[in-house]
Amino acid sequence: MRKLRAVATKELKQVLRDPLSLLTLIGFPAFMLLLYGFALNFDVRHVGLAVQDLDHSRPSRDVISAFVNSTYFDVAATPGPAEDLTRLLERRVAKAVLVIPEGFASDLAAARGAQVQLLLDGSDSLTATTVLGYADAIVAESNVRVLGQAVTRAGQRLDVGIDFEPRVYYNPELRSVRFLVPGLVGLIMMLTGVLSTALSVVREKERGTIEQIRMAPLNGFELIAGKTLPYLGLSLVATAFILAMAWAIFGVEIRGSLLDLFAATLLYLLGALGFGLLISTLVNSQALAFQIGLLGSLLPALLLSGFVFQIRLMPVWLKAITYLVPARYYLVILRGIILKGASLAPYWDQMGYLALYVTAVLGLATVRMTRREG
Amino acid sequence: MAVTVELQNLTKRFGSFVAVDNVSFAVEQGEIFGFLGANGAGKSTTIRMLCGLLRPTSGAARVLGVDVARDPEEVKRRIGYMSQRFSLYEDLTVIQNLRFFGGIYGLKGALAREREAWALEMAGLVGQENRLARELAGGWKQRLALACAVLHQPRVLFLDEPTSGVDPISRRQFWRLIDAMSAEGVTVFVTTHYLDEAEYCHRLALIHAGRLVSLGTVSEMKSIFGEGAVLEVVAPRATEALEALSQAPWVVETSIFGRRLHVVVRDGEDGRQRTLELLAARGNVPAQVDSIVPSMEDVFIHHVELEERRIREAQA
Repeated sequence: MRKLRAVATKELKQVLRDPLSLLTLIGFPAFMLLLYGFALNFDVRHVGLAVQDLDHSRPSRDVISAFVNSTYFDVAATPGPAEDLTRLLERRVAKAVLVIPEGFASDLAAARGAQVQLLLDGSDSLTATTVLGYADAIVAESNVRVLGQAVTRAGQRLDVGIDFEPRVYYNPELRSVRFLVPGLVGLIMMLTGVLSTALSVVREKERGTIEQIRMAPLNGFELIAGKTLPYLGLSLVATAFILAMAWAIFGVEIRGSLLDLFAATLLYLLGALGFGLLISTLVNSQALAFQIGLLGSLLPALLLSGFVFQIRLMPVWLKAITYLVPARYYLVILRGIILKGASLAPYWDQMGYLALYVTAVLGLATVRMTRREG
Repeated sequence: MAVTVELQNLTKRFGSFVAVDNVSFAVEQGEIFGFLGANGAGKSTTIRMLCGLLRPTSGAARVLGVDVARDPEEVKRRIGYMSQRFSLYEDLTVIQNLRFFGGIYGLKGALAREREAWALEMAGLVGQENRLARELAGGWKQRLALACAVLHQPRVLFLDEPTSGVDPISRRQFWRLIDAMSAEGVTVFVTTHYLDEAEYCHRLALIHAGRLVSLGTVSEMKSIFGEGAVLEVVAPRATEALEALSQAPWVVETSIFGRRLHVVVRDGEDGRQRTLELLAARGNVPAQVDSIVPSMEDVFIHHVELEERRIREAQA
């Protein structure tokens, strides 16, 4: 224990003395959170809409105000009859153009099936799909109202068959930042965890101090635990810092128990630190360790964890690879705890996979680090 | 006197390359034992086996009675080791370095404080406790590294090229410290390629191409020329003189040090005469032909030549 403490104390003093590595551990995560939190926004609101009203009737104005009142659309232009509508999309004045043809009101009154047209910029398919969904819903709602008015005029009451009343749990406004924060925590912790340990060991290789450590009577546990514990502590502090920032800036609160969150994070971080150690046994220069650490932690945690891209939509072979990405499991647990207020109990399988990952990387790292030469 | 380091037919192969070939010798307690050889001769491989870091391919080595192959951890606990890179943490202070090395060797409490104070005194760093190691000059760095290596009071100290990159005055101070430790009964096993430093050692082993080629005290080694003598020759055209002399049948060996030639002959006075005559006949009249006390360099070259000849004959 005394030897372990000596290694851990030394490691901590080195980190605290080096402003750059402290910045990497605490400042970098905060920066990433701000960057991703503001930039990665899948919410579609206030879409620019051009409106060409060729009818100028009360019903046409009703349709337009239905679009505007939804808050999903802002009127960006009102082109006249002769204007080229595709130019508006090309010049990105608007994402969509609503065309209400002449005779809309009379068609409606004569029950001939009035038409409106929506031209959509499909170059950003994600936004286009969402916009189409909104427009569909708005038109459907208008239809019901028009139908209701017609029926009322005929002196009858309209009974709508199905009253659809959706209610979204956990993230009622479907704000993407709420969904992204757990993913960000997973991503950032993986990155800093892997890099901090990998660099700390490889630095000793570069400077030759590792030689003196190998000559000392340290066993594998004392060396590995002494090297990882300080970074585990610092990474936990960084995690708490990110979550506090997410709460203060983006209003993401933790609904579940902090203890559960701590347990899951601890396990996940151990995996990250173990992976960092493993990298450090494979390379001898800090530059290479940095590159491998960055690619090996950032890319999988970003692309293959379900953070941004949904795993269930991936081809089978890619899906198989995601099982090797610890962030995949951590994310599921974290979303459960932060958004749903769930306990760890329903996630025992994910915790199991994480534990398996930790055992594998730490085991491999220990074997490689304590291997005698020759 | 007790034997503290003992090698018996110690051999290390890396694939088909034999780095250390059947080396045997014993070092006694309190000796300063020099381990000499060119780079790549097998010095480091041997020292790494003795420190329990490398497993011997065959043969055995015991340090303080502990078999290095069977219980390397016990060996590590009992020895001190310092490498040429003075493995200090440059971004830690003097005292933090001492605390760290004390810690990993399991020192605690009052003993730890006492040893730290001793180490500061020894390294001449009292009052400099809070300076960063990187700010120290080479000689101080070296003494701090030495202090770190002996904090746990090992009975055997391994030094791997301890004086490389240090100024002559610091080297001298360093050897004085080593001398004092030896006087207290610490066995010091030191590798070096500074041949002049061999003079500080009580006994030497010379290793070439993985084989032990000579073992003994400095004066024993110098007496290998027996009845022969080493002549120092300075002639106007050094290279031409070297060529002429190396072909003469009465010359054992030649080597060149800058503009000076060292010529080993069987008989001192006779050789001196013949050298003068030979060079004069070629119009390359030497300015100087003197019989000199052989340096360690002469000894080293002589042994390497003998060994190379032996290898060539074995291959033929």
